[in-house]
Amino acid sequence: MSLGYVVSLLYQYVDTIAFLLLAALGLMIILGVVNVINLAHGELIMMGAYITTLTYNRAHLPLPVCMVLSSIGVGLFGMLLERFVIRRFYDDKLGALVATWGVSLILSQGTLLVFGPSMQSVPLPAWTFSYGDYSFGGYRLVLFVIAIAAVLIAWWVFYYTRLGVRTRATMQNADMARALGVDTRHIYLLTFGAGSALAGLTGALYAPTTTIVPLMGSQFVDVAFITVVIGGGSNPIVGALTSAALLSLIATPLASTLGTFSGRIGLLITALVVIRFLPRGISGYFQDIRYRHMARVAS
Amino acid sequence: MAREYTGFWRVLNGPQEIGRGPVFWCLFAFVALGLLGYPFFGSVFALSNLANFCLYIPMGLGLALLWGYNGVLSFGQGAFFAIAGYVYGIIAGNLLDIPGGTLLAAVGGIAASAAIAAAFGYFVFYGQVSNWIIPLLLLVLSLILETFMAQTAGYQWRVGSVLLGGYNGMTNVPSLEIGSANFGGASIAFYYLVVALMLITYLGLRLLVNSHYGHVVVGIRDDVERTRMLGYNVALIQIQVFVVAAALAGLSGILYVSWGNYINPSSMGLLAATLPVIWTAVGGRSSLLAVLLSTVTLRWLADTLAVRGGEYAFLVMGILLLVTMLFFPAGIVVTLARRWLHQKSMYRDLKQNGAP
Repeated sequence: MSLGYVVSLLYQYVDTIAFLLLAALGLMIILGVVNVINLAHGELIMMGAYITTLTYNRAHLPLPVCMVLSSIGVGLFGMLLERFVIRRFYDDKLGALVATWGVSLILSQGTLLVFGPSMQSVPLPAWTFSYGDYSFGGYRLVLFVIAIAAVLIAWWVFYYTRLGVRTRATMQNADMARALGVDTRHIYLLTFGAGSALAGLTGALYAPTTTIVPLMGSQFVDVAFITVVIGGGSNPIVGALTSAALLSLIATPLASTLGTFSGRIGLLITALVVIRFLPRGISGYFQDIRYRHMARVAS
Repeated sequence: MAREYTGFWRVLNGPQEIGRGPVFWCLFAFVALGLLGYPFFGSVFALSNLANFCLYIPMGLGLALLWGYNGVLSFGQGAFFAIAGYVYGIIAGNLLDIPGGTLLAAVGGIAASAAIAAAFGYFVFYGQVSNWIIPLLLLVLSLILETFMAQTAGYQWRVGSVLLGGYNGMTNVPSLEIGSANFGGASIAFYYLVVALMLITYLGLRLLVNSHYGHVVVGIRDDVERTRMLGYNVALIQIQVFVVAAALAGLSGILYVSWGNYINPSSMGLLAATLPVIWTAVGGRSSLLAVLLSTVTLRWLADTLAVRGGEYAFLVMGILLLVTMLFFPAGIVVTLARRWLHQKSMYRDLKQNGAP
């Protein structure tokens, strides 16, 4: 096994982690704080890709500007969605699931009606580098850096800002947080907007790498859902990191030796086995350990 | 005063379903007789169409049992539908010369759906996961299966003498045959088979949900922990209900393949997975009757809209689903029925007691 092969495997591993993190982080933050699952997440990603493509091809703006615009646009749309749909389902997770499913159908079929079955895509920035016999696309490494940056920013907001303190208080005990003067509805609205903005960013970032079609969200959501199920909503950041690292460790060798389909099946089976033993996901398991430790210290 | 029924009638007329009075049963008998007599004046085309709408009823009722009565939402009914259809096609295509081969294939198809449901159910129900994880993972299962089947084009993808057919689907699947009767899509025999299975499924599930077992199933929906503390094996019962729902979806799948002699991967994909959920939500998941009515109505509506293009049909279905969830969370038929029953009882009170 040459060093070049190892570097190539590492590159694929990093690529998969970036994909899983970007696809799932927004969904996971929404699950952790607002406690609903947004089944229209894939369609929000699709919207991000469409906004980037349209602004790039029609308005001829520079690509990074298009991406920021998509992120802001989808974030605002997410806040509207929270205000008019999600708010009615705070205490009914299955209801939220089904209602956002309706939203997802409306968005994907509406896009199909308005923009047609496909669209001219954005050219991939042509940065490449090579190592040994292998050559790699530099854009994938940029994606990885952005994914890690997104996690770091989320972590900073959660643990080092006043907003983060209020958000964590809302997660832990919403009634008590309200009693202490935290506007939990505001927190939910902002969190949903932030999660949606992350979805929009994901769509924008992956727009140059895939074909732009109305049903493109579905290639993100299957891995995003598995990542969320394994990570659990108890701590979105720890959950997203551990679950993405574990899943890409399983999916990368499977996909590179047996094909993408085996990779996906491997992920599904991993998810089933993990929840059989850790029903609340990895971050739920960590939380249980911490509570048990706290109980021991207290007694 | 309500009449007291005993034994079988008491169970059939139990509290877990909305239509219970003599008026309901008269209407039910009237509609059933109408369906049985329809072949004497309807055209073959109309019969075949109606059979196509009705063959989805077992799948819809299965989801009503699973979601409405047991509190477990599933986005996988489309997958179970298609698994049974594909397995039926594979077995029937290989047993063309053997008498009763298609019957064996039907049993095999339903068994395949039930087995996959049981294996899946073992992990999620014994893991005691939260209720939102199950629909999510079933959605992933549907997506993976669709991608897999879509790439099975070409001669290397065959089982025995049957080609899987990739995205174009499996063609020339033989229709169901029992003895000398052939249940092809355009036959009166198929119409009667569908009507019979629909009535049996409805009445059978009605008996099931009103039996002692059914009350435990509903108890799990209302409070899992309390039911567990009362000594019931919650995970086992949930798996059983899940398997029944998957088998009913498989039954619909086999009827569908027998009707059209054809199945393709989009019948297990994302959009197909949504349809049973829409029927169940819009009709009202807590009533088998409401789901039965909405399944036929929405199948008809989608078929009518699809003439203008499939995207219109799915757009309207999405709007319908969102509006239902926002304004009629219990389902449109169930909300209307409850309002009507409420007014009837108010009127009766008024007549008995005078003005309040």
